[in-house]
Amino acid sequence: MSCKLTQRFVPGYLDGELDLSRTIEMETHLETCGDCARELARLQALRAAMQRSSLAYAAPAGLRERIRLSLPSSAVPEAREHASAWRPLAIFRWAAAFAVLALCAVMGWQFIAGLRAPSPGRQTAQQNDELIVAEVLASHVRSLEANHLMDVASTDQHTVKPWFDGKLDFSPPVEDLASDGFPLVGGRLDYMEGREVAALVYQRRKHFINVFVWPDAAAPISAQNIEPRQGYNMTRWSRGGFQFWAVSDVSAPDLAEFVRLLETRIAPESK
Amino acid sequence: MHGTSTRERFEQAVLPHLDAAYNLARWLTRNDPDAQDVTQEAFLRAFRFFDGYQGGNMRAWLLTIVRNTCYTWLHQNRPPDFAEEFDEEIHSGESPGGPDPEIQALAGADKETLHRALDELPGIFREVLVLREMEGMSYKEIADVASVSIGTVMSRLARARTRLRQSLGAALGKEP
Repeated sequence: MSCKLTQRFVPGYLDGELDLSRTIEMETHLETCGDCARELARLQALRAAMQRSSLAYAAPAGLRERIRLSLPSSAVPEAREHASAWRPLAIFRWAAAFAVLALCAVMGWQFIAGLRAPSPGRQTAQQNDELIVAEVLASHVRSLEANHLMDVASTDQHTVKPWFDGKLDFSPPVEDLASDGFPLVGGRLDYMEGREVAALVYQRRKHFINVFVWPDAAAPISAQNIEPRQGYNMTRWSRGGFQFWAVSDVSAPDLAEFVRLLETRIAPESK
Repeated sequence: MHGTSTRERFEQAVLPHLDAAYNLARWLTRNDPDAQDVTQEAFLRAFRFFDGYQGGNMRAWLLTIVRNTCYTWLHQNRPPDFAEEFDEEIHSGESPGGPDPEIQALAGADKETLHRALDELPGIFREVLVLREMEGMSYKEIADVASVSIGTVMSRLARARTRLRQSLGAALGKEP
């Protein structure tokens, strides 16, 4: 297979897991790409064969009743023992679980309320940073989960950069770091701090790095320490009139190296 | 608190997914008596955890428990087969134009051949195919059930399909 979209997107297309814009792109692409069309046809034939063969097992007759009878508080002594063993603790456990839940709900509510109604006047920079951290993390996770990593998939910085023209009120710096082992793979629009921002996607082996970029008048700040957050590593810096946030599941040293490379490529003055 | 009402709620909410639970257990344990035992054990566990169930996708919640129960059971009763086959390359043959022999072979594939090919796949590949092709689960749901990332689901599914196709290709090619 020579088409590089085949392994990457045909299965997702087959499974209905691509987002709308990628689905439409794929449909157009399939009309002209023999590799992808053939792969799709084979996968569809495989699926059809599996469905035709009805390979799924239905539960045997009697299993439902057997399970119902085995549930605690029925007439089966063995099961009853099972249940009573933990019953004395149960009320305490539920109370504790409920308390934790209630606490989470309150905290979650306050967090969401904070996100919705930022009051810049009263917020310290640190609080504001925390909100951005949460947004960056959420956006990174969402981009991987929802199969919406890229609006424009290209390893060419001269394709990715112009793609943002007319979509953003600024032109983000786009650098490819393929020669250093961090190829640019695409970009997309994202939303951060109440504004549209550029998200650039880089790859390190099988891991993706999201770099969020938006204009920032503040003085240049070098990348700070890599911070672990919920299993991801992230860091931020300002340069050339832009604020940058990088987040990924690559190791902290890899991310630090990536940021160092990116920082040196981007001109200190806004272009 | 486990009065009649909890039981009734449990039976109404969870028992409708019995077929999905048994199907997964059946494909993972690969035989009926074990699958029945595992399914029953999984329902008992589900009942114990039912008060902690916070709503959401009931089938994914139940299948997570079924899967964990299966693995515990397999650990105790079977030589390891689930941990293997993580590093393996995907090869897929190219073929020139004309009617696609793979598609023709698949069109004629019988149930026994398919069943055997799927049954012989390593467990981690079997389970993603069962969840995707038989239960129609999304990548996200499969990721939840198998406690892995969506990326891992995608790569396992891709490898599972490749393996299945290779195995079917070999089996169907042999036939007259």
